[in-house]
Amino acid sequence: MPFSRAINAGLRAAMAASDRVLLMGEDIGKLGGVFRVTEGLVAEFGDRRVLDTPLAESGIVGTAIGLAMAGFRPVVEIQFDGFVFPAFDQITAQLAKITNRHEGAVQMPVVIRIPYGGHIGAVEHHQESPEAYFTHTAGLRVVSPSTPNDGYWMIQDAIASADPVIFLEPKSKYWQKGEVDTSARALPLHASRVVRRGTDVTLVGHGAMVTTLLQAASIAESEGTSCEVVDLRSLSPVDYGPILDSVRRTGRMVYAQEAPGFTSLGSEVAATVMEKAFYALEAPVLRVSGFDTPFPAAKLEGAYLPDADRVLEAVDRALAY
Amino acid sequence: MTTDATAPSAQTSSEPPTLVRFLQADGSFAPSPAAEPYLELVEGLADADLEQFYRDMAVIRAFDVQATNLQRQGQLALWPPSYGQEAAQVGSARAARAQDHLFPSYREHVVTRIRGVDPIDIIRLMRGLTHGGWNPFDPKNGNTHIYTLVLGAQTLHATGFGMGLTLDGRCGTGDPERDEAVIVYYGDGASSQGDVHEAMVFANSYRTPEVFFLQNNQWAISVPVSTQSRSPLYKRGEGYGMPSIPIDGNDVLASWAVTRTALDEARAGQGPRAIEAMTYRLGAHTTSDDPTKYRTSDEEESWRRRDPIARMRAYLLARGASEAFFADVEAESQALADDTRTRTNALGGLEADSMFAHVYSEAHPLIDEQRRWLADYEVSFAGGAS
Ligand SMILES: Cc1ncc(C[n+]2csc(CCOP(=O)(O)OP(=O)(O)O)c2C)c(N)n1
Repeated sequence: MPFSRAINAGLRAAMAASDRVLLMGEDIGKLGGVFRVTEGLVAEFGDRRVLDTPLAESGIVGTAIGLAMAGFRPVVEIQFDGFVFPAFDQITAQLAKITNRHEGAVQMPVVIRIPYGGHIGAVEHHQESPEAYFTHTAGLRVVSPSTPNDGYWMIQDAIASADPVIFLEPKSKYWQKGEVDTSARALPLHASRVVRRGTDVTLVGHGAMVTTLLQAASIAESEGTSCEVVDLRSLSPVDYGPILDSVRRTGRMVYAQEAPGFTSLGSEVAATVMEKAFYALEAPVLRVSGFDTPFPAAKLEGAYLPDADRVLEAVDRALAY
Repeated sequence: MTTDATAPSAQTSSEPPTLVRFLQADGSFAPSPAAEPYLELVEGLADADLEQFYRDMAVIRAFDVQATNLQRQGQLALWPPSYGQEAAQVGSARAARAQDHLFPSYREHVVTRIRGVDPIDIIRLMRGLTHGGWNPFDPKNGNTHIYTLVLGAQTLHATGFGMGLTLDGRCGTGDPERDEAVIVYYGDGASSQGDVHEAMVFANSYRTPEVFFLQNNQWAISVPVSTQSRSPLYKRGEGYGMPSIPIDGNDVLASWAVTRTALDEARAGQGPRAIEAMTYRLGAHTTSDDPTKYRTSDEEESWRRRDPIARMRAYLLARGASEAFFADVEAESQALADDTRTRTNALGGLEADSMFAHVYSEAHPLIDEQRRWLADYEVSFAGGAS
């Protein structure tokens, strides 16, 4: 099943399980969202459960907060990563802090779905990697599924969470197919997962970058280097267990991400691994990132986004210590 | 900006012809033409209701003055005085029914008190002990939400809450005893915030059972209302598709009657309404502010002559209210002021551990780890010290 259909199926399951679950966003009704993730849901659940909202991001998130106060579980779609910023105040200054300001008396089970990242050659403000803004904010949980199976289950887990969840959907993966096991959940929402075993270098990343890491690992293998690949899945909190276990075995780690490197998630994970597994390390933890520039025009995204070669270059540097 | 931004705004002197007012500044009962539709409602008020309005206003003023003093003495980090805006607040809050939901901004001290919130909860917020301080859903707090210091943000929360009421069929059933509505408070400065505009769009799109209650106190800190809008603010509501009514915000009867009607209509499923209460902040914006820097004493004096409490007192006296009544209100005011001082002084501190509480509703490894670290760190001093 394609990733977008898997999220769609997960949304459908959550909506069927509880009539408190509402979808809100621009063009998510009849059109089914610009990526068709909500396709068919308005026909099935009606326009009181699937709200085509006015074109106002702060309004969408701010009213979702009020709906959560009134006992609903809103799932908000932001049409594209670059359009989340008008809602930034409502997300970081309101949504993230409301439970804390109410000393636990008011919960915020709000999910904000954001298609993010590059690889689709889109126009300006349609390819951004805003994850660090949200992981930096206490009170938010941030996750990013990278496979259809995770898309199906993680959206349901995010909706079930009593906390606000920023649900980052790697938009280049929407059409990627994969097995979905609707009978059993593979992992809890906040677990990271080893997706490929290896012994020489640990490669860590999230979202669409996991595919790049797997490519790099198979090329490395043909050159005689064995890479372990860990999919973060949860960006906040980070599940360090599998990463530290892996690094303790391999002694080397490379973190790859599309986002600019400066004060990024990769910086945080690298620093923590160095604090917690210092004596296991044979080389510094290396980061492979997008550049600290605005996401470039589409014709340049190939130069901007880390690819398997840039990951392998870092693997070589790690091995050279 | 044009130069006249520093002069008293046009709106402070001229007033809309449609202004709803019952009490003149001298306390005489002389309804304006726009007040006619509400006359019957006001005539239905009992003496006890009128006296309650006065009592609410007078008592909160004593609290407000005490809190201002406490801030000056270093007991509070900040105090936003409500001095001068009592009529707008009391009338609108008394107009709400028990089942209604109120979303204040940060100056609605008497609104929260009328709904049952303990005033010490506001003190705790302004002392830096909480970021909120009360649970809106605890029945004793009368569905009153916590203060919001980011201007206008609460208008969206109120609107979303109203959307929820509509979706759950909790309004428009035809049963006024059961139907619920929302009222949200904000200021003339906040009216420029995008969130307020988006809230009005959403409210009208989804016909929320909601009253937007704007207290135009003429100033956003030092900036006059003319910088926020060149047309009267109540006219904006019309543009979004809702009836919008300007009232004399220093007349508690106008505030009560118009809000009561608007809430009844909202509750009945007729969609949102807007009210602009023309009032004036006689005090400073907050205790960090010096109003003499930006406004004239003439302007203040002209509004002092329209003081909502003096006006109501004159009206009640003319109706024959007893000396004993005023003495009783005075005693209650003094008691609340004293009690506020005593309880403020008795407020304790905070355990550092509380910082980690309620960051998330569900367990979070990073928070748990940092909580443990801080506890161990503190214990490590206990051993070596003393
Ligand atoms: C979004 C935002 N910007 C700026 C401020 C700082 N600030 C606090 S109160 C205020 C003026 C508000 O004026 P108004 O809305 O008229 O309300 P009033 O204080 O007069 O009741 C400003 C600028 C804020 N709290 N929030």
